[in-house]
Amino acid sequence: MDRSTPDSHARTVAPLAETPRRAAILKRLRARPTVAGSACALVLLMAAILAAPLFAPQNPYDLANLNLLDGRLPPGSESMDGWVYLLGTDDQGRDMLSAILYGLRISLAVGLTAVALATAIGSVAGLVAAYAGGWIDTVLMRIVDFILGFPTILVALVLLAVMGRGVDKVILALVLVQWANYARIMRSRALQERRKEYIEAAANLGYPAWRIIAFHLLPNCMGPVLVFATIQIATAIALEATLSFLGVGVPVTEPSLGLLIATGFQYLLSGDYWISMFPGIALLLLILAINVVGDRLREALDPRRA
Amino acid sequence: MTSHHPPVIELRNVHKRFEQRPDLAQRLLALAGRPIDRRTVHAVNGVDLAVAHGEVLGLVGESGCGKSTLGRIVAGLHRPTEGEVLYQGEPTANLRGAQRLAYVLGVQMVFQDPQASLNPRQRLRQILAEPLKVHRLAPAGEIPSRVERALSAVGLERDYRDRFAHQLSGGQRQRVGIARALMVQPKFLVCDEPVAALDVSIQAQVINLFMDLREQHGLTYLFISHDLGVVRHISDRVAIMYLGKIVEQAPAAEIFSRANHPYTQALLAEVPDVRRRGRRFVPIKGEIPSPLNPPSGCAFHPRCPHAMPRCREQAPALEPIAAGHWSACHLNTQT
Amino acid sequence: MSEVILQVRGLRTAFHTEAGAWPAVDGVDLEVRRGEILGLVGESGSGKSVTGFSLLGLIDPPGEVVEGEILFKGQDLRRLDEEDMRRLRGNRIAMIFQDPLMTLNPVLRIGEQMMEAILTHEDVSRAQARERCRQALAMVGIPAPDKRLDSYPHEFSGGMRQRVAIAIAMLNRPDLIICDEPTTALDVTIQGQILYRMQEICRTHDTALIWITHDLGVVAELADRIAVMYAGRIVEAGPVDEVLDAPRHPYTRGLLDSMPANARPGARLRQIEGMTPSLSARPAGCAFRPRCPRAVERCAEQAPPVNLEGSRSFRCHVPIACENTAA
Repeated sequence: MDRSTPDSHARTVAPLAETPRRAAILKRLRARPTVAGSACALVLLMAAILAAPLFAPQNPYDLANLNLLDGRLPPGSESMDGWVYLLGTDDQGRDMLSAILYGLRISLAVGLTAVALATAIGSVAGLVAAYAGGWIDTVLMRIVDFILGFPTILVALVLLAVMGRGVDKVILALVLVQWANYARIMRSRALQERRKEYIEAAANLGYPAWRIIAFHLLPNCMGPVLVFATIQIATAIALEATLSFLGVGVPVTEPSLGLLIATGFQYLLSGDYWISMFPGIALLLLILAINVVGDRLREALDPRRA
Repeated sequence: MTSHHPPVIELRNVHKRFEQRPDLAQRLLALAGRPIDRRTVHAVNGVDLAVAHGEVLGLVGESGCGKSTLGRIVAGLHRPTEGEVLYQGEPTANLRGAQRLAYVLGVQMVFQDPQASLNPRQRLRQILAEPLKVHRLAPAGEIPSRVERALSAVGLERDYRDRFAHQLSGGQRQRVGIARALMVQPKFLVCDEPVAALDVSIQAQVINLFMDLREQHGLTYLFISHDLGVVRHISDRVAIMYLGKIVEQAPAAEIFSRANHPYTQALLAEVPDVRRRGRRFVPIKGEIPSPLNPPSGCAFHPRCPHAMPRCREQAPALEPIAAGHWSACHLNTQT
Repeated sequence: MSEVILQVRGLRTAFHTEAGAWPAVDGVDLEVRRGEILGLVGESGSGKSVTGFSLLGLIDPPGEVVEGEILFKGQDLRRLDEEDMRRLRGNRIAMIFQDPLMTLNPVLRIGEQMMEAILTHEDVSRAQARERCRQALAMVGIPAPDKRLDSYPHEFSGGMRQRVAIAIAMLNRPDLIICDEPTTALDVTIQGQILYRMQEICRTHDTALIWITHDLGVVAELADRIAVMYAGRIVEAGPVDEVLDAPRHPYTRGLLDSMPANARPGARLRQIEGMTPSLSARPAGCAFRPRCPRAVERCAEQAPPVNLEGSRSFRCHVPIACENTAA
């Protein structure tokens, strides 16, 4: 019989130098301040975003709330109704704080949805291409090559010009081009993993192809795709902001961060910095937090680190 | 060992060629007149083999000889380019449905690299339960106990069932690989260098495990290895492979005491023996040829100390030279 | 008796982890004479490779050589600064690794790399260096050495790459070569060729060799002396014939018994129960005790000290008796 552990009664040798437990934990925390900080920031942002309707002072999308006379007020000014515009107002009298909170919601929604859809579609395509090989692989990859030849923003501009403005159309435009990237990444990883013996063993045990792809290949190929996806959330958010900045993304009545930045642009030189700057900072914080936390998420999901 | 069963596995004139398929650029160039450089690897080059019920056939060879490919052909993981594979007397190419499944499950493989042969994201209990679930070999309630029994059958404690592969040692992983293969109650195990990656003391444990399981379950083995010592210990018969062909085949004791083919003799001379001391090495010359570019005639002739002009021109066939002893060498057919 | 080239006393190399520092090499004594081949044998986790790296100062953090003397021709290598160590490495002491691609840079031609090894340590012209490289390649049996100097490593097979690594090691006629499992990844017939070359080189140039391996067969055929390592300590050492024919330590005996070559075909192998302990879980007292069929209470309390018996040494409280000595 394989007795793989020494008898439990026996002592084992003590190490040459002991590192006390508390010191070990503190050492670990000190090593990654950015992670702790980003995690906190992201949690706060998430809470703020989800609870926006509850505690935003104003619903910036309800035109009835807006008071043009309150336009372009600096941070800290009082409104007609008595409460304080903490971050000032934009040119249409919208409370910047509320607008930013609601804008963050749109950004996050676009980012997460676009990436989730693109990942799903792209991963399936990549896995099937890698596992099936042959002409299926060739056809799928030529489609991918074709799509990747187009710059995302160009496709998005054309699509939005044809279909009109709206959050859902922005998401569609993003997914339509981006899925090809995921397909390529997943396929390249899956091609390597496919050669491994546990995949051969699964085939040897008579498992159907869909099972091998879903339960054996997919979980072990997720790593690079997840890393890419977290980076892409930020890219998607930035892309949406760009499109809105250019005036083709979200409608004017429901401003996203990009649109806010755009409208505030013209007032920067006259000193009304808050209309552009605060949304810009919010966007930056969001992207930063997502990137760092996404990185840690991938590490945490790897069972080898358990 | 006489038996009225047909051999469990039989290979008849099996060839396996891997061709590098030309890509789009090369095909376009071909249209423009430039010939396509087709690189073909003759991994298996005309092999006849039969493994009788209950026996252990050792398959020995060095890198590039095609033994791993041959093992995979036997297990059904590769289809032969030419020739037939018969399972219990039936050609496998014709099998469909339930019969095909019986063949696939009846011949299982134990792989060389214990680390790569287990899904890194599955716990041991999932790895071992999956064959039962997929093929409905046991009711759901019985599965946990079957898993536990499988673990103890290969000498692992029950609480290993929640572990991941990377939390085990090489020897333990190899045992899990064996347990997994046994879950579907195979008749035939193809063992592809199963102890090569293990330490000497662990090798002994796993070899003993193989021998015990063979007795307990009445298994038949194709035991592929480059380690002659291990093969000699566990095999009833041994086949020596060189560059895609079987060059000698004989009962185990016979091969080691009366090796006939010059390659077999060279292998035996080269194997480090702990009982030989202070040896003056006299090595065999030349490199192991690449299967992309096999020598003409007898593949071994560039390295053979007894090569004759005939060896360069004509490849020798496997001829019987004694009872149950076959060898492919022109030296035997000289008059 | 030729002079002692290398003398190691009480070598201890530890690895720092979050939980503490564990000694991969735990008090190792070694001695190698000029022209002698020492086989350092052990399984994975024994610390044999770490010993080899420690001798050349190739241990990087989180590892560290914490104790011991490494006397090379009388000079303590641990007291040398990095500059002096570099002058020794590849010059007076060379190393050959298991994977020749650890020695060979895949993007440089062989000739470039070999000449670099010479020109770093000696002030000769490039033409002279190239000639020496060509001769070195011929010495290890590489055909058409002049053309091969302009090849890249990937154009060689595994066996030939290893021969190039040997040639590089021999370029400056070192006094000592440390080989870490150089033939483990090679086929048996190719291994034979490499062993032949190494043997020839050592005899011709009086080079001392430390051959680190898990393969007792290779050590039996090649080495003059053998040292068996288990859990960071040398449990038995001595002339190859004496140790392998009449081992004193139960681990050596167990290893020899578990080899198929030493058993009757078809019989159950005499296996050693259990597994090598991991670095952080080594049993107190004798590390082999949980697996030892001869263990007594004393083995759990006290780590056996080194017992000297002529040219042999072993660490065991209950050594296996020799037939020709009064046990």
